[in-house]
Amino acid sequence: MNIFRYGALAAMAFSAGIAGTAAYAADTSYAQLQRGKSLVDAGDCVSCHTVDGGKPFAGGRPIETPFGLIYSPNITPDRETGIGAWSDEEFYNAMHFGTDPKGARLYPAFPYPYYSKLTRSDVDAIRQYLNTLPPVRSAIAVSANNAHRVSGLIWPLNYRFFMRGWDWLFFDPGEFRPNPKKSAEWNRGAYLVEGAAHCGACHTPKNTLGGDENSHLLQGANIQNWFAPQIANDVRSGVGSWSTDDIVEYLKTGRNKFSGATGPMAEVVGNSTSKLPDSDLHAIAVYLKDTPGAAVDAGSKPEQKIFASGKAIFADSCAGCHQANGQGVPQMFPPLAHNANVQSSDPATTIRVILEGAQTVPTSARPTASSMPAYNWKLSDDQIAAVANFVRNSWGNSAPAVSASQVAEMRRQLQANIAQ
Amino acid sequence: MARKLPAVDVVLVGFGWTAAILGQELTDAGLNVVALERGGWRDTSTDFGVTFAQDELRYYWRRALFEEPARETLTFRNDQSQTALPMRHLGSFLPATGVGGAGIHWNGQNWRFLPSDFVAKSHNTQRYGSLPDGMTIQDWGVTYEELEPYYDRFEYICGISGKAGNLNGKIQAGGNPFEGPRKREYPNPPMEMAYAPTLFAQAATETGHVPFPCPSANMSRAYTNPLGVTLGPCTYCGFCEKFGCGNYSKSSPQTTILPVLMRKKNFELRTECEVLSVKHDMAAKRATGVIYVDTQGEEWEQPAEIVVLCAFAQHNPWLMMLSGIGQRYNPQTGEGTLGKNYAYQIVSSVDVFFDDKIMNPFVGAGALGIGVDEYNGDNFDHAGLGFIGGGYLACWQTNGRPIETHPVPKGTPKWGAKWKQAVAKNYLTTATIATHGAVMSHRGNYLDLDPTYHDVHGRPLLRLTFDYTDNEHKMSDYLTDRAAEIAKAMKPREFHAKKREGHYSIVPYQTTHNTGGAIMGTDPKSSVVNRYLQTWDLHNLFVMGSCVFPQNPGYNPTGTVGALTYWAADAIKNKYLKNPGALVQA
Repeated sequence: MNIFRYGALAAMAFSAGIAGTAAYAADTSYAQLQRGKSLVDAGDCVSCHTVDGGKPFAGGRPIETPFGLIYSPNITPDRETGIGAWSDEEFYNAMHFGTDPKGARLYPAFPYPYYSKLTRSDVDAIRQYLNTLPPVRSAIAVSANNAHRVSGLIWPLNYRFFMRGWDWLFFDPGEFRPNPKKSAEWNRGAYLVEGAAHCGACHTPKNTLGGDENSHLLQGANIQNWFAPQIANDVRSGVGSWSTDDIVEYLKTGRNKFSGATGPMAEVVGNSTSKLPDSDLHAIAVYLKDTPGAAVDAGSKPEQKIFASGKAIFADSCAGCHQANGQGVPQMFPPLAHNANVQSSDPATTIRVILEGAQTVPTSARPTASSMPAYNWKLSDDQIAAVANFVRNSWGNSAPAVSASQVAEMRRQLQANIAQ
Repeated sequence: MARKLPAVDVVLVGFGWTAAILGQELTDAGLNVVALERGGWRDTSTDFGVTFAQDELRYYWRRALFEEPARETLTFRNDQSQTALPMRHLGSFLPATGVGGAGIHWNGQNWRFLPSDFVAKSHNTQRYGSLPDGMTIQDWGVTYEELEPYYDRFEYICGISGKAGNLNGKIQAGGNPFEGPRKREYPNPPMEMAYAPTLFAQAATETGHVPFPCPSANMSRAYTNPLGVTLGPCTYCGFCEKFGCGNYSKSSPQTTILPVLMRKKNFELRTECEVLSVKHDMAAKRATGVIYVDTQGEEWEQPAEIVVLCAFAQHNPWLMMLSGIGQRYNPQTGEGTLGKNYAYQIVSSVDVFFDDKIMNPFVGAGALGIGVDEYNGDNFDHAGLGFIGGGYLACWQTNGRPIETHPVPKGTPKWGAKWKQAVAKNYLTTATIATHGAVMSHRGNYLDLDPTYHDVHGRPLLRLTFDYTDNEHKMSDYLTDRAAEIAKAMKPREFHAKKREGHYSIVPYQTTHNTGGAIMGTDPKSSVVNRYLQTWDLHNLFVMGSCVFPQNPGYNPTGTVGALTYWAADAIKNKYLKNPGALVQA
């Protein structure tokens, strides 16, 4: 099937070559550019393609993957160091097939398995919007970035040709096919979630080689020491207790009465979802609410002694903001009672937030960046495990036990991140 | 030689409450605004997060949030016959350094002044005849009625917790019946009351007073203000004054305005930038910008169309003196206005000791308390009393902080086993009634430049000459006697009235309510700024803060500082920008 597609592509490229690049004018209408911008927002392109303190979209940001670091390229229209010299075909190939203009394989840190779902006309709109950005000359050219061997990754993944096998195993290019049995809104939501917004890149569990386990779509995944929670429709650990309006409010303002966006999701809300039209957010919510969730293991209750210790620590250190009854202060300090993330089977985010604190994303609707300070200097591994066990098993919550060694391991990992 | 930067529309000198308000209002009007703050950036979780905010040693005793005297201070003397000496440790008042200014470490006691306070001179002379010799009070040039919408604006930005006592002229049960009429209720209900203020309220009622919950900038519940900024409910941890709030529960620039302002593209904050002087063109009657120095010692000139002095109270007139703007006040001749009418606050207290009533003083908040206002301003007949003005009485339960709070009865040794026993016996069972008195301005109380001492930049230090007069002592003694009567009605084991006696001492902490020096008024002969806080000399130079108070009424100043700033911002936006020039003809 792939071979067939490549054949078709080659034919298209050939005919485009005959016609010449100036045979048709790019659509630079306002409507087309706004459509492109909206998709670039939905794709959160700016987050990965901008280094801290750098020019937007000029790349250079190190992206952590389980297999090492990879640096994002410059996608401004600079002809030498960006993608200004790429033809629209070449841009489409990157988005749809995960290949660069020389035919080399891209790494799925660039989520082409999702972007492949985009229609050709949407990809063109993205391209035309990117063309309107100020060209930025970056230190590393996009072509150098795409050398056949990449230094930040582990062997053998540092060889791009290895990705041919990965693509063969896990990647099936093809545009989104609407489900005629579902509403137009559902299909719009599915198109965004499975395509541009690439929600599953974080929220769908991965196999050992980083491919999506599509049988567990959006059911939560550990990614770089965060647990991206289940966003499928499970009541206890997913969005089952959230209404579509709750989901829209969260994506638009960075918080709702259940939760606040921190960690990597803060960036997603700030740069992406808060900028999407309400209609798209509502479509996403409709789709998520219709995605079957998985009930997660509730584990066994922690020992009474640990629970009591956690309760005392909670009263001293946490109840001031999260309130003694775990109800928090809606839209300000997240409630812990019935909190999906707190009850995830994987406690990574709970442990991490206690260790290093968190800041809720400020948005124009909710400008207060309410923050939780770090407790890594104040509480021991045993104490953090105890309080984590308490909040994961109080006020109706239930989740598997957290051990002090899990906390110690997270400390080690976060320390290694800093060292890196 | 200062390097010249591109001009901006507005430069704000200092970045506390008044600059945050102006930054927000003037960027809303489409202006490009730059704020220059001599201290650093500060925010809740990073600088006073809940894991370490309640560190009494660090924040109060080691002065983490305050102005460092090694960098900037002032000299002090009680009267002109003395030689002023520099303050090498902070004492009586605690100015801040850093973003948010003293708005970070205030208690949150947020009051409105009385309508009669704004016409103190005409009101008192009309009722009681001529003023005592040397008293230099004057009318403000703005009325309570004019300021009411701006008080309201500040209270709703802050989310003040309280109970109205006068809604549109109708007295309301449960509130302060003496307050000026307000258009609507407070944005939040009063705080949950602690035991000691409740006992005070009972005794005050029994003795014929009308007690009410004091208006508080500590949140009685979660609150989202008109800018969309959210504050959390107060936890009553008892670390407000001298501390930053770790729970987003005390109104400050950080918790009410900065989350919105800092996101604006037409606003820029430069921290660690200390303004040295205001540049001006006297012939054109304009300020042209400011000179400031950064941490590398580089000097910069920031030209601006509008310059606003938003530094701490006495720093604003000092900066004008250093810049050669205005005529400095001469106490011998009474001529000149810059530095005139410095005033302060006169406070006293009554400690009330019980055996069997547990107050749990560690459950507290900066503005948690019950007040009575019968003896404030001109709420009572002063005939035959020999003074004008007054103050409120209040039983606050602000804190039970271990290093600072150890109430002991009179006669207890200052240290040793007996002192320890007395602290242990009384810590949980003591209440305090505070009096918070006005200070009328006086010919001999003023600010000027010190002839001897200089700051780190070689500029002469500000010299403060101040003492209480008979008016203050008589008034404060009267307040203390009234407080003692209520203390007695609380039926304690014993009580101990601590009157404010003798000369003003700048050493023990009292309040950070410094006023005057760049006072407002109706004409350039008697004031530095007009009713819109615009200087008479330079039409594009405005001065904010309590330095514009012509005298200091018997309430905490922040509410009025906020109201005046919104009032001035409105005048700049809606009057000055349309027709730049003097807003009041001299």
